[in-house]
Parts: sequence; structure tokens; C-alpha cells
Amino acid sequence: MRFMYDGTNLVPEPLTAGGEKVVPISRVATIPIYELNPHFSPSSELLSFLAGRQLLLDELSFSLDQLHAHYENGYVSYQKGVVPTEQGHRCMRCGNDAPHFFASFFCARCETVCTYCRKCVTMGRVSECTPLVVSNVPPERVVYPHPLAWTGTLSKAQQRAADAVVQAIERRAELLVWAVCGAGKTEVLFPSIQRALELGDRVCLATPRTDVVLELAPRLKQAFPSVSTIALYGGSEDRKKEASLVITTTHQLLRFYRAFDVMIIDEVDAFPYSVEPMLAYAAEKARTKPSALIYLTATPNENWQREMKQGKRSAVTIPARYHGYPLPVPTFAWCGNWRKKVNRGTLPTNVLAWVEKRLQEKKQAFLFVPHVELLEKVAAILQRFDRRIVGVHAEDKARKEKVQSFRDGNIPLLVTTTILERGVTVPNIDVAVLGAEDDVFTEGALVQIAGRVGRSAQYPGGDVRFFHFGKTKAMVKAKRHICDMNDEARKRGLLW
Amino acid sequence: MVMCLLCHQRYEPRLGWSDFLTVKEADVLCEQCRRSFSLIEGERCHQCDRPFSLISDSYRYGELCTDCLRWQQADEWRDVLTKNRSVYVYDEWMKDVVTRWKFRGDYALVEAFRVDVRREFFRHFSADVVLVPIPLSKKRLYDRGFNQAKALAEILSLPIADVLERVDSEKQSKKTRMERLRTVQFRLCTREWRYDQCVLIDDLYTTGSTVYHAARLLKQGGVRDVSSFTLARA
Ligand SMILES: [Zn+2]
Ligand SMILES: [Zn+2]
Ligand SMILES: [Zn+2]
Ligand SMILES: [Zn+2]
Repeated sequence: MRFMYDGTNLVPEPLTAGGEKVVPISRVATIPIYELNPHFSPSSELLSFLAGRQLLLDELSFSLDQLHAHYENGYVSYQKGVVPTEQGHRCMRCGNDAPHFFASFFCARCETVCTYCRKCVTMGRVSECTPLVVSNVPPERVVYPHPLAWTGTLSKAQQRAADAVVQAIERRAELLVWAVCGAGKTEVLFPSIQRALELGDRVCLATPRTDVVLELAPRLKQAFPSVSTIALYGGSEDRKKEASLVITTTHQLLRFYRAFDVMIIDEVDAFPYSVEPMLAYAAEKARTKPSALIYLTATPNENWQREMKQGKRSAVTIPARYHGYPLPVPTFAWCGNWRKKVNRGTLPTNVLAWVEKRLQEKKQAFLFVPHVELLEKVAAILQRFDRRIVGVHAEDKARKEKVQSFRDGNIPLLVTTTILERGVTVPNIDVAVLGAEDDVFTEGALVQIAGRVGRSAQYPGGDVRFFHFGKTKAMVKAKRHICDMNDEARKRGLLW
Repeated sequence: MVMCLLCHQRYEPRLGWSDFLTVKEADVLCEQCRRSFSLIEGERCHQCDRPFSLISDSYRYGELCTDCLRWQQADEWRDVLTKNRSVYVYDEWMKDVVTRWKFRGDYALVEAFRVDVRREFFRHFSADVVLVPIPLSKKRLYDRGFNQAKALAEILSLPIADVLERVDSEKQSKKTRMERLRTVQFRLCTREWRYDQCVLIDDLYTTGSTVYHAARLLKQGGVRDVSSFTLARA
């Protein structure tokens, strides 16, 4: 959209008389901000639609006249979508400032060469002529007395973590919850979300992965049946609703602005956003000031682990699983130049022996390989032992069906890449990694892989084997990480 | 290492042969994304470029597909369009890419088509033609921010004549074939030109209705020879 700006008044092009000079919003030096006019009667529909959000004009169903009247009376603001920086540009919706994620074109909207952000373009294009619309009225606070319907009990370690989260929420503080895979971290959140809702806070649970949103939303709705709750992901129906409890993916979080008093970020280290600043930017933008910020992770990065040791980051650990059995510790097995073997159509003898033993004992297993290219080759080799063995990767069109078939017990062994390391929980399985020395297997990835084993109380043990062609630091660290957690759990008397 | 324009993964670019000038140029896509495009290959309809391998034999009539046969059988449409040529098969992959490009508005993706578009265009057409991009309505142009047909035409570095204008009408898809055939879709917005050969440019050739209408108008305006060239053939 282009605007006429004469130094005092800012008018969108379609509302001008015509003939005046109009420029893309990025060229307006300072966008005027108006005081809230108490004599203006705003549209409650518009205010509730915009409350806590940052939206494009294309995402609004109100007339420009109506919207602009709310702007001139101080109820909404226009912001620039793209601003210049020293190296190029920054997208104000997603925070991207990497030059290779911007492109320019001759734009029919502003009739000039216009630069846009490629990083968040799937959410509707933000370019130099795009205003972002935000509300100046904070979202409504709803108080829910005793909203928690869940009646389970927490383990000692869960309770301690839950208390710490409640405190962080009351103090509007930042807290890292380091919970081992299978600790039962969702239940840990129940008392704290309850506390927040009792205070009238708006709560957001953000995660990079749609699967996690789909898994958590029904559990939270069940735990808080009286609370307005929405789940946001690409294609979700809840987009326009307002709610006190929001479960969302990173991308959908980009549409929020100063909305949440409590921001909980789950799987903060999950692929691929651990290397991406977008989630951090989106979370920061979507928080009110001051607000509580809670991180949940099973595998904090080195930086955070160091900060915790130095006492610079407040954190609480849950070193034991909810069932009170220790985490299965990985064993290393050297397997020589396995890539050469794969190219010759076979696998190292100890790897084959490991697989055959699982097949004989009818115990299901995952075999992780470092890259998609290897997946089909390794699966084809193993199909000679059992035709039901298949490979699956993140982009696999039949992924859902294959994973379900594995859960149903129809696939004895699933060859997979690291992408599947989370979210898939099957009782009574073993896991092996072929080529654990590869760069893709970071400490975090290996801990997550090991964390697939022994999740259920019925089968708390299992074999975790790292087949390698040269031990790496990441492998050693992952093993130490798991042993340290078991030691701490033992010391705190959390194990059977 | 560079970033793949489509999947945003880092990759080691391979040098390829770009077009008839044999200029070496690195691909903007990683190998996997590049392999996912299907160029139109093998036997195809002489008139519209539809690959015979993708339709059943009952839709084939000698060198033509039955769609083209219908156009040729109608007096008012016969010889309106010399030929259509397209670059890619409109498969699931192409559908995804075109959606990201034209509906999500990621203009930069046009670069992914550059090499194939230039090579295929100059395989079928000479450099002394004038390009006529199929226009969008004013409203749609504003919504999208750019005209995808114009973006394709600009890749070819040949003269472009914006001589057509959309006549706003109801959605094409809601109409029957007969209704679509009768509806006026375009008008000429200038008469002050004289072209011998024009090539209409669009992103998609589906039923042919769009390019046939545009071609007839150009012919009525005095152009001797009108063909069309599209990114994909549905
Ligand atoms: Zn962006
Ligand atoms: Zn623009
Ligand atoms: Zn790619
Ligand atoms: Zn044909």
C-alpha cells in the first residue's frame, strides 16, 4: 500500500483525493502515532480480531475506511513490514535480516522496485510497501478459577519442576526446564498453566513442529475443559478465534504481537529451528512486557548447559523418567568402513548380527542412518532378511502410513533418518545408529535417539547401540549426558 | 556453498550449460529440486504440445489431441493459433512450485525456470518475434503484485508488447465450455502497432481457451502469425 504523507497526516492511497504524492510505507520517515481518543466508539469486532495480533491488510476483512478511522483515533497502528539495515533489510514480521532471504521485483502495488522477505512469504508476502497492522488495545484478560480438571499426581521430580515454573510465572521470570525424554513434561505444565489462568494471564505454548501441536492440543483441552483454547498450524481452522490458551507452531506465532503474559517454548532445540533465529524473534514479539518465558527441552545446547553450570541461567532439571527407571545407556560398536560395504550391497557383520537378533527375538527396532540417500540402499539390503522392513524419511509421502504400520507391529524394523527422532513413541523397542560418527548426529540428536527406548513402565529397558567408524566427541558427550542424568536421579532418590 | 532457491538447503552448485550462447552458469537449485521438474518429452500433439504419454489413446487423433481437433473443426477458431509450445509437465511438483510463485507471491522463483525457458523457447521460435504476455485484471494484478506471464516474458530478453487488457468477467471455472468460448476475455488497448509475428506468453496452457481468445484478437488486429508459449502444459 502507498500512503500520502505531508509531515502530519498519513493517508492510504485509496483514501486520498488523487493527484497527491504517494510513497510506499517504508519511505515514510516516521509513522505518526495518535493518542487514544476516548470520544471515538471503536468496533468491538475489529478490536477483538486484532487483539494481540500483527496482520497484513490482506488478512483483515474490514474496510480500509473503518480501519483508518481506528488508526486516526489511536486504536490501531501501522508498522513498516520491511526496514533498511546496514547490510540490507529486516523483515519486521519474522525478524529475517539475511540478504539471501530477500528479493526484489517491480511491484504493481507501489509501482516501483520493491524488496520482500522470502523467509516468511508462505504466510503472505511482506514487502517494502506492506504495512503491518497492530492493535493498541491489549487483549482482554479472562480469569478462570480452578480451571484444571486433571486429577493425576506428579512424581517428586515433576512436582519440584512444576513449583519452579509456577514461581517463574508469578515473577514474570525466565526459566529453563531440562527434562529427560519420557519425563512427562506436559503434566509438569498443568499446575503452572492453571496458576496463570487463575491470574487472568494469556498463555502460549509454541513449538516448531506441527505434530507436537496436534499431540498437545487435545491433552490441554482435556485438562482445561472450561478454558478457551486454540491450536494453530498451517491449515488450522482456529486462526481467527481469540483464546486464553494458544498452542501454536513457530510460523503461526509470527501473526501475534504483545499478546501473551506466559510464553512456553517446547522442543526449543528441535530440528530445524535450533539453528534459526525466527522462533526466538517470534516469541519475543508475541510476549507482553513483562512476561514469563519458559523453555522446555530434553537436550539443551552447549551454550545453555554452560550458562546453567555458571549459574547464569535459571533452570530446573527432571533427570528421571516418570516411571522411575534409569535411561538406557548407549553402547558403542566399531563397524569399520560401513559406507563401502553399503555401496557393495551389504552391511558390517556386527550390524547384520544386531538386526538378525532383533528379527529372531521378534523385538521391534529403529535403525537410524545419517542421510536420505542411504535410506533406500540400507532398507533394500535388509529386505533380504525380512521383506517387511522399510525405510522412511521426513519428506516421505507415505510417512504417516509407515509410522502407523510400525506402531501396529506390522513392520519389524524401520530404517530412518534423524528427522524422525522425536515424537514417535513405541513401547518395547531397541535402536541402533549406523554411522554415529556423522556430523548430523549431534549430542542432542543422539540423546533424542537413545530417548526413544524404554519409554513405557512395562518395558523400561532396551538396547541402544551406536555403530561407528571412529568415535566422535558428540557420541561421548551424549553418553556422558545420559549417565549424568541417571547419576543425578539416583542421588536425588528419584529411581527405583 | 549456496542456498537452493526452492528448498533453502545449502548445496554445492554444479556448472551447467545455460542456453544457445553456451554460457556457463551455476544452477540456482540443488540437484534434487532440479531433478523434480519434468520437461515435456517424447511424442506430443503437434498443435498444443500435450505429451501423448500422459493421455489415453482415445484422446489422440493422428498428430493432434482431440482438444486441438475441436479447435480446428470450428470455423471461427481454425488457424487462429499457429502452435503452442510449453516447457514443463504440469504435475504435482509443478503445481506446488507455481503455487508458491504466483499465489504465495515468491517472485524470485522465476529464476528457477530461466535456463529451461530460454532453451525451449529458442528451440521452437526465432528471435524476431514480439512477445505478448497474457494480462491480469487490475484487481488481480494488485493482489498478486506482479503478472507471472510478464515475468516469464522478461526472461527471454525480446521485445514485449503489452497490447492486451483483461475484460473483467465472472470466474471462468464456473462456466461451461460453450459459455467460456463465447465470453470476451480481452480487448486490444492500442492500435498503433504493426507486428508480423507474435508469441503469447502465459504460465499455463489448460484448455487453450485463454490463448485462442487472445490470438484471435491479435489476428483481427492485423498480426500475420500468432503462437503461444507457456511454462507448463496441464
Ligand atoms: Zn519475513
Ligand atoms: Zn511494493
Ligand atoms: Zn533444493
Ligand atoms: Zn493438442
